[in-house]
Amino acid sequence: MVENRPILNIVSHIVLILGIAIVALPIWITFVAATHDAVRMTQAPIPLLPGSHFWENFQQTLWGSGLSGTEIAPVWRMLLNSLAMAMMISLGKIAISLISAFAIVYFKFPFRMGFFWLIFITLMLPVEVRILPTFEVVADLGMLNSYWGLSVPLIASATATFMFRQVFLTIPDEMLESARIDGAGPMRFFWDIVIPLSRTNIAALFVILFIYGWNQYLWPLLITTDTDMTTIVMSIKQMLEAAEQSPQWNIIMMTALLAMIPPVFVVVAMQKLFVQGLTETDK
Amino acid sequence: MASITLKDLVKSYGDTEVLHHIDGAINDGEFVVIVGPSGCGKSTLLRMIAGLETVTSGDIQIGDRVVNNLEPANRDIAMVFQNYALYPHMSVRENMGYGLKIRGNSKADINRRVEEAAAILEIGPYLDRKPRQLSGGQRQRVAMGRAIVRDPQVFLFDEPLSNLDAKLRVQMRLEIRKLQQRLGVTSIYVTHDQVEAMTLGDRLMVLNGGYVEQFGTPIELYDRPATLFVAGFIGSPSMNFLPAEVASGMVTLANGARLAGGGTASGKVTLGLRPEHLIADETGPIEINVQLCEQLGAITLLHGHLSGTDVECVASMPGHVSAAPGTLMRFAIAPEHLHMFDTQSGKRVDA
Ligand SMILES: Nc1ncnc2c1ncn2[C@@H]1O[C@H](COP(=O)(O)OP(=O)(O)OP(=O)(O)O)[C@@H](O)[C@H]1O
Ligand SMILES: [Mg+2]
Repeated sequence: MVENRPILNIVSHIVLILGIAIVALPIWITFVAATHDAVRMTQAPIPLLPGSHFWENFQQTLWGSGLSGTEIAPVWRMLLNSLAMAMMISLGKIAISLISAFAIVYFKFPFRMGFFWLIFITLMLPVEVRILPTFEVVADLGMLNSYWGLSVPLIASATATFMFRQVFLTIPDEMLESARIDGAGPMRFFWDIVIPLSRTNIAALFVILFIYGWNQYLWPLLITTDTDMTTIVMSIKQMLEAAEQSPQWNIIMMTALLAMIPPVFVVVAMQKLFVQGLTETDK
Repeated sequence: MASITLKDLVKSYGDTEVLHHIDGAINDGEFVVIVGPSGCGKSTLLRMIAGLETVTSGDIQIGDRVVNNLEPANRDIAMVFQNYALYPHMSVRENMGYGLKIRGNSKADINRRVEEAAAILEIGPYLDRKPRQLSGGQRQRVAMGRAIVRDPQVFLFDEPLSNLDAKLRVQMRLEIRKLQQRLGVTSIYVTHDQVEAMTLGDRLMVLNGGYVEQFGTPIELYDRPATLFVAGFIGSPSMNFLPAEVASGMVTLANGARLAGGGTASGKVTLGLRPEHLIADETGPIEINVQLCEQLGAITLLHGHLSGTDVECVASMPGHVSAAPGTLMRFAIAPEHLHMFDTQSGKRVDA
């Protein structure tokens, strides 16, 4: 719909600006808090304009002792852990669900639909529901405090499998047939035809899954006791409670700010493909 | 190059048999068109030859190999699909070269062959475009190009022109024919369009309900249709069918009119008369009560009834003819243009 009425234009801009302001305000506060020193942050009213301690806070948070008076890992280490976990979860989920969707759509084997529904009902069992048995299994496998323990239990994805199944079903049968005539075997077809045709969907899913992985809280909290293995999202919460003193907002907010960067980077970098993947229907 | 032999070929889906004991031999270099109404099993037959459908029973032989259990890629065939089935993410060049790449041909060889095919089909300028950047006709050419670069023994076409507009269809039809003659590759072409079938095929296999009605040259099919179905299917406008009785060299129509012909046949038959074989003749035996004149320019179609009956009858006359509804016109027909069919079985009754 293309309309050109000045009043409507102004109103819609006001609404949009208000919306952005509401979303952006907490982020602004976070940023401002990260630029003041610890003392200023405990005084009321909280500042609304940036202060002059950004670099100091930045360095102390990222490489330095972090929160003074505690024994938590430096934030770069947490970022690294989070990144490893999020990447392993998202890439793992994509790889596994691509392969299982491929099997379900393109191969005939006994109980094919049975397997499909089996995968599908696991949607009803998110980590929180199966957390005790999963913990038990991971502990028995000796995967506590490891990247494997952080990612493997979260790596199977019914949602992604289902989504890729739908994507594959939109690829016309003739594509498979002409690939067969061209002499492409199943794996060749998978790599040369199926993957490129699902490219945008893979990208869209990667963005969603990366953020899902990055934001994991409960699971890392349970299985990482070693401070070297903590992830950034769970640490922010711990920082609030850790020290027996009033929270050091400048450091905590700087950490929060740093925690936002990778997901934002992923979204921005994949934006074009992401939008295509969610809207494109043309095969 | 290769001949193709179909032996007692049957295809069933579950309990329903869709192709019944098809036999046929296609010669080396021949262009055979499989034609028939929608749902008669044309695509199924073609796809069985391609190896995309399994054979329920019987044999398919390409050259001297029985190929029943060979993968499509090993049958040395190429197929052009109705919707072209080009890979959307590959350029025209990659689309055409993909099969060769899988076979392990060298880059230089692939390039040479692709360029050759592109030159034949005049798609050279589009080699680096994606299929979606091409028009329907250009995609069609690319699909053909993909088939010819592989230099196969057999081309298979499944209604390759049905997505094109009428004019382009006629043009591409001729091009396909020329290309096939130039390359001399045995080809099987599926269509439901009888005009397309007549113009393209060296021989036509007319399928109906999973049975082969007749397999012969276009002229054979036109001159001596083996069944009522073929008689009605081939030729436009289609043949008139009149109930009649034959006895000792005379055919009696439903209104009592008698015409010479019919040879030694006798009894009740369905008489087939092609509209274009009816010749206006004031003393002719066939009287038609004209209801409608359809002026087509070069010819005029007169639609009406056999006078005194409600048997519909169409006559085709050269030039411009006009007749008011209700006009009675008389026609004659040469004895050799009478086709007689058994009313029950639909089989041709030979004089
Ligand atoms: N997978 C299938 N399962 C069951 N029946 C099928 C299947 N594929 C085709 N048929 C049946 O086989 C018959 C022949 O189908 P086919 O596709 O060969 O027809 P066609 O002659 O190509 O028709 P059209 O001109 O419409 O393409 C049809 O009656 C169809 O219903
Ligand atoms: Mg068909």
